[in-house]
Amino acid sequence: MKATIVAVLLASIALAHAAEPDPRRSGYEFMTPQVQAMQRDDAANPAMLAVQDGAALWDRAAGASSKSCASCHGAAATSMRGVAARYPVFDAAQQRPLDLRQRINACRVNHQQATSFATESADQLAIESFVALQSRGLVVAAPSDPKLQPAIERGARLFTQRMGQLDFSCAQCHDGHAGQRLAGSTIPQAHPTGYPLYRLEWQGMGSLQRRLRSCMAGVRAEPFAYGAPELVELELYLAQRAAGMRIDAPAVRP
Amino acid sequence: MARTLITMPKTAKRGELIEIRTLIAHPMETGYRHADDGSVQPRNLIRRLTCRYFDGRDDVEVFSAELFPAIAANPYVSFFTVATASGSLRFSWQGDNGFAQTESVELTVT
Repeated sequence: MKATIVAVLLASIALAHAAEPDPRRSGYEFMTPQVQAMQRDDAANPAMLAVQDGAALWDRAAGASSKSCASCHGAAATSMRGVAARYPVFDAAQQRPLDLRQRINACRVNHQQATSFATESADQLAIESFVALQSRGLVVAAPSDPKLQPAIERGARLFTQRMGQLDFSCAQCHDGHAGQRLAGSTIPQAHPTGYPLYRLEWQGMGSLQRRLRSCMAGVRAEPFAYGAPELVELELYLAQRAAGMRIDAPAVRP
Repeated sequence: MARTLITMPKTAKRGELIEIRTLIAHPMETGYRHADDGSVQPRNLIRRLTCRYFDGRDDVEVFSAELFPAIAANPYVSFFTVATASGSLRFSWQGDNGFAQTESVELTVT
């Protein structure tokens, strides 16, 4: 009996040593308990309203093809599981990295023969959050395609490049001062695990690109346009940086 | 038609206290904010939420709330009621510009 207890104790000590604590923290952990509770509870999380809209869009036929997402992809719970966790990916047809939004729009134009969703429109955010929800709890997959490597490196350079009148880089706040405060807000570590998300300040849903553009405007830089290759490269770098972290989309953030 | 999310038990014991949680998609525009061009954005609020409990015989208002400009977009309201008999809970949101939304959820009381 004693020997078993000693063995169990030794094993747990060994385990504790083997698993170095991950210093990375989701933005979730920087929020107040009240906002965390709001995100955890699907009955209170306002992003679930967008998810419902997305679920309806998934089944709705669109464009000249009269096909819905479901006509090709079937049930999202199986076909879209893990998809949001591995984007952006390298697209062979366009020979460039595509994020989830660009993939959905490409699908709409090429397969449904419909028009792209308007940028940051309710429909676009709805279908994205519905797709993202199917990856909730899975871990972010590191971009594995070697063709993405140059884009990831450009994204990494952008992350550390000073910009705007305030002359700040992303890294100066999010690597150097994470956990500290910028006016009333806590600076998170900038891991994109919850997008698209419901932001209380926005009183609505927004994408990672909206977040990136707002940060750029915050340091008084001219933000890159929605869909610009630079923003996709930043998304790629952030995905690589957050590889192995759990997806908590659609999240709530203050 | 606004999107709504109502969370409550499907079944309850007679006399049991049940929690009802409601969420509705609505901008709750205060009427005090200015657009980029300086024009005032017209007020667009939900003014009232009522919940009536209809058990096949009696139709009783069990909850009502007035909503004001300081309430955030997509208002979340939760409240409790006592399960008395099987029936339906009928939710009604009314607001500016003729906004009206009704939902009904069945409750089985054992």
